[in-house]
Amino acid sequence: MNEKIAVKVDDLTVAYNYKPVLWDIDLEIPESVLMAIVGPNGAGKSTLIKSILGILKPIAGSVSIYGKPYEKQRSLVAYVPQKGSVDWDFPTTALDVVMMGTYGSLGWIKRPRQKEKKAALEALEKVGMLSFKNRQISQLSGGQQQRIFLARALVQNASIYFMDEPFQGVDATTEIAIINILKELRKAGKTVIVVHHDLQTVPEYFDWVTFLNVKKIATGPVKDIFNDDNLTKTYGINYKVSIQE
Amino acid sequence: MSNAQIEIQLIASLVAIACAIPGTFLVLRKMAMISDAISHSILPGIVVGFFITQDLNSPILILLAALTGIITVILVEYIQKTGLVKEDTAIGLVFPALFSIGVIMIAKNANDVHLDVDAVLLGELAFAPFDRLMIGGTDVGPKSLWVIGSILLITVTLLIAFFKELKVSTFDAGLAASLGFSPVIMHYGLMTVSSVTTVGAFDAVGAILVVALMIAPAATAYLLTTNLKKMLILAISFGVFSAISGYWMAHWLDASIAGSITTMLGLLFLTVYLFAPSKGIIAVMYREKQQRTEVSLLTFLLHLKNHKEEEERHVNHLQEHINWQKVRSKTVLDLALKNNMIHIDNNIVSLTAKGDEFTSLAIDYIITNEDSQIEDMKDDFFLFRG
Repeated sequence: MNEKIAVKVDDLTVAYNYKPVLWDIDLEIPESVLMAIVGPNGAGKSTLIKSILGILKPIAGSVSIYGKPYEKQRSLVAYVPQKGSVDWDFPTTALDVVMMGTYGSLGWIKRPRQKEKKAALEALEKVGMLSFKNRQISQLSGGQQQRIFLARALVQNASIYFMDEPFQGVDATTEIAIINILKELRKAGKTVIVVHHDLQTVPEYFDWVTFLNVKKIATGPVKDIFNDDNLTKTYGINYKVSIQE
Repeated sequence: MSNAQIEIQLIASLVAIACAIPGTFLVLRKMAMISDAISHSILPGIVVGFFITQDLNSPILILLAALTGIITVILVEYIQKTGLVKEDTAIGLVFPALFSIGVIMIAKNANDVHLDVDAVLLGELAFAPFDRLMIGGTDVGPKSLWVIGSILLITVTLLIAFFKELKVSTFDAGLAASLGFSPVIMHYGLMTVSSVTTVGAFDAVGAILVVALMIAPAATAYLLTTNLKKMLILAISFGVFSAISGYWMAHWLDASIAGSITTMLGLLFLTVYLFAPSKGIIAVMYREKQQRTEVSLLTFLLHLKNHKEEEERHVNHLQEHINWQKVRSKTVLDLALKNNMIHIDNNIVSLTAKGDEFTSLAIDYIITNEDSQIEDMKDDFFLFRG
C-alpha cells in the first residue's frame, strides 16, 4: 500500500486550564478519505480540529499536513467552524461571507477583486445559494447558513477540508446536499474530515472513521472498525447499533 | 463664525471620526464596555506622562497613556481567564482601580500641576483653540487639532490597509486564525488604536464623551444597515453631525459643548431606534401586527379548505368556534375579501379559486418545512397586506 498521508498527528496533548481534553493522540489520515470524527460530548472532537489548524496551542505533540507544519501548508486546508461560533447578525451578505474564503490566498492587505468574486459566485452556485447572494446573513435559515459556510470552504480550493458539525441544525434536504458535495470532493482526491454526531449515518456517509474520547480509541476504514466494540469503548455504555450487518 | 468657532467644530468633528472607526468594530465585537474601561484607566498614564513632559499634547504622553489602555485590556483578560469572574466584573474591577490611582496622583500634586479631575471627565473643548502649535514662530493652528488629525490619519490608513483582516477576525475569529490572520494581533491592534484615539481625544472632549463618540454612532448605524462599509460611513456621519449640531446647541444654550454633543448623540440614537425602517421599534411593532393578522388569515383559509360543511363556514363561526374576538374576525374577513381569497353568500364563507390556490401552496410549504417560502408567496398573492 502506497497511500499518501494527508494529516499526521503525533503525541498531541491539549489542555484547558491544565486539564487535558486530548491525551496523547496519534493519528494518520490518508489522502482522499471522507472521515468522521465521532465521540461523546466533551470528547475533544472540535479541540482536535482546532489544534490541527493551529487555533489552539497544544501543550505537547506535533501536527503535519503532507509532511510539513500547518503554518507552511495553510493554502492546502479549508476550515468550516461550527455555525454557532459566529454572530449571524454581523452586517454582511452571503456573498461577502463566501468571499472571506479567498482572503487566505490573498494574504495581508491585498483586497479581493473580480477574480475572487467570480470564484465566490461559482461556489454559491455549487451549494445552490446563488439567488441568496445579496441576502443579509441573519435572514438565512440554519441550513442556508451552513451552505454558505460550505461555499466559503469550497472557494478556498483546498486539498483538505475540516468541518465542525456541518449537519447541526440543518434540514434533511440540506444534509443530503452537503454530503453529496463532500462525496464529490473525496472523488476529486480531496480529504474531508468531519466532526459528526449522528452515528446512524456514519456507514452511509463516510468511508473512514476515528473514535475519540479524550484518547484515540480507533481509526480506520468504516467497514473494518465501525462496530459495537469500538462504540462501547468510546461511549462507555454498552452500545448497540442495529445498522451493523 | 469666528476662527475659534470653526476650529472647535473642526476638532470635534475629527474626534468624532477618529472615535467612530474603532467604535464600529468595538460594537460589533460586543466590547463596548472596554472603551469605557480604557477611557478611565488611561488617567494614571496621562498624569505620569504629564509629570515627565509638562505638555498634555506631547506624543510621549499619548503613548504612555495609550500603554495604560493596553495594560487595562491585558489585566481584564487576565482576570477573566482565571474563570473566577466574568468579563464585565473584570472590567468593573480594573478600571476604577487604575482611575483612582490617577485621581490620587492629581490630588497629591494639584498645586503644581495644571490638570484637574473635572477637565479629565468632561474635557474643555472651548479652550482648545487657545493652545496653539507654533512652528518657527508661526501659528499653525490649535495643538489638539494637530494631535487628533495625526491620530485620525493613522487610523484611516490602518483601516484601509487592514479592512478585510478586521472584518474576518471580527466575524469569524476561528476562520481568521486558520487563514493565518492572527486574531490576537488584530485584537491588540484594535485595542491600541482605541487607546491612542481615546488619549488623543479626551483632552478635547473628556473621558465620558469619548465613550459616547465611540459607541453611540456605531450603535445607531448598526440599526440602519446590513453592510459593514455603510455602517462605518453612517457611524462617521452621525458622529460629525452630533459634533457640529452639539456645538451649536451648546452655543445657544450657553452650556457645556461636550454635554451637548453627547445629548445630540443620544437623541440621534433614540430617533433611529424608534423610526429605523427595518430594525426600529415602530417598524418591528407594525410588522408583528401584520404577521399576526396574516397568520390568522392563513389559519382561517386552512379551516375553510378543511371543512366543506356549511355550519363550519358560517361568518359567526369564526367568533364562536375559532375563538377569535369580534374585531379580529372582522379584520381577517376584510383582508381575505380585499385580496379576493374568499366570497360570502348568505353569511357562508367559501374560498375563491385564488384563495384555494394560495391555501394549497401554503399547505405544501408547511408540510415540507419551508415556511419561509410563504412570505415570498405573499408578495405574489396579496394586493393588500394585513
